[in-house]
Amino acid sequence: MQIPAPFEYVRASSVDNALALLDRHGPESRVVAGGHSLLPMMKLRLARPDWLIDINDLFELDYLLVDTVPNNGRVLRIGAMTRHTTLLESDDIKRLFPIVIDAERVIADPIVRNRGTIGGSLCQADPAEDLSTVCHVLEGVAVVRGPAGERMLSMAEFHRGPYETAVAQNELLIEVRVPIRDDSGSAYEKVERRIGDWAVAAAGASVTLAADGTISHVAVGLTAVGLDRNVTEVEAVLVGQAPTEQLFVEAGRLTSLACDPLADQRGPVDYKRHLADELTRRVLRAACRRAAASISDITI
Amino acid sequence: MQISMTINGTFVTHEVEPRVLLVHFIRDDLRLTGTHWGCDTTNCGTCVVLMDGQPVKSCTVLAAMVDGHTITTVEGLANGATLDPVQQGFMEEHGLQCGFCTPGMMLTARALLDHNPHPEPLQIREAISGQICRCTGYATIVRSIQWAAEHPAGAAPETTTSESTEQEVHA
Repeated sequence: MQIPAPFEYVRASSVDNALALLDRHGPESRVVAGGHSLLPMMKLRLARPDWLIDINDLFELDYLLVDTVPNNGRVLRIGAMTRHTTLLESDDIKRLFPIVIDAERVIADPIVRNRGTIGGSLCQADPAEDLSTVCHVLEGVAVVRGPAGERMLSMAEFHRGPYETAVAQNELLIEVRVPIRDDSGSAYEKVERRIGDWAVAAAGASVTLAADGTISHVAVGLTAVGLDRNVTEVEAVLVGQAPTEQLFVEAGRLTSLACDPLADQRGPVDYKRHLADELTRRVLRAACRRAAASISDITI
Repeated sequence: MQISMTINGTFVTHEVEPRVLLVHFIRDDLRLTGTHWGCDTTNCGTCVVLMDGQPVKSCTVLAAMVDGHTITTVEGLANGATLDPVQQGFMEEHGLQCGFCTPGMMLTARALLDHNPHPEPLQIREAISGQICRCTGYATIVRSIQWAAEHPAGAAPETTTSESTEQEVHA
């Protein structure tokens, strides 16, 4: 039987209240949202907070809205307490960021997705977490609030490495802002051992096409293969080029070289490099197809 | 700490340690042992209950987190002596052998049909994809849920009168 070590429980009533509680209870306090990463860790006694601050009543952080913000232009603002199920069922997301739908379909299972939140997923920063890669690829901005106010962090600044983010003990991730680019398409694909499992490997891509059909902007990211950043190596190769199968093959090759997977029970290194290569080709193909579909007069 | 919740229509107030998981609160404190306790790792889904109408894995929710919310367990599915169509469907289509996964499967099915009364077989398979059955191979479970979708009035004779009465009961 797995039972967490004893702790005190308190439910926050607002973001300000949650910040005050974090401040009051100090470094041995932890915030719980969906709890589907933290509670299993507490049951295994890998995490032993003295205080658990439940933020499930912060409905003010459960929203999805298209907005125009200074310096970022048009963005989709996603509240940190937005559940996976809500993301998966959103028409705005379907239309603007199909990569999120691709990823959400393979995150855990529908029941876990009822509880899990985007904020929890990003703050957990599991190296096999799909939404971290998705937010890197979409060049999302994390809005973090603390006693000194709000700060905006790029995903590269936010995500420091496995299980580590830039969110300080007395801060809370409030929102993720995803820039909306016209004439764009995106895709995510994962190989898993069985449904709902963590990725053996996964890849995501976002592509913007110029009026002449060439790639004007691209980002490629990988999950679970030892790369906590976008694969910048492929960007220079792809930008300015017409999307062709030959180009995708080259991007796949570069990606398989850029990643640094570990052999584990999910597979050996060469297999994971092979997946990085193959999945990169597939997501680039799909992202370009979707970008082209959003521009009626361009065909690939 | 003291928590209160509505469980199967009954308001309960109880003293719990904050670390008590919902599954143990339901089984050990409330003695509602229809909710099964399986893998303890959020994988098997036999501990699924409905929280405010949505399926959750009760081994991964603290009882404290449910304070002020509404829970339905398998004991709350039937209406008196009248089985929920989902329960009837599992009987009609042999949706269980050992029965260990059944409470969770039936609650997920109920939530699915409340959300989508006419699911495709693939949607049923997706809905129960977070749950494990080691007996049936899932085919009979899918058929059981399809039976419930096709018989929203349960096993009652399908005359107009009794159907409308039954639907009110399950509304």
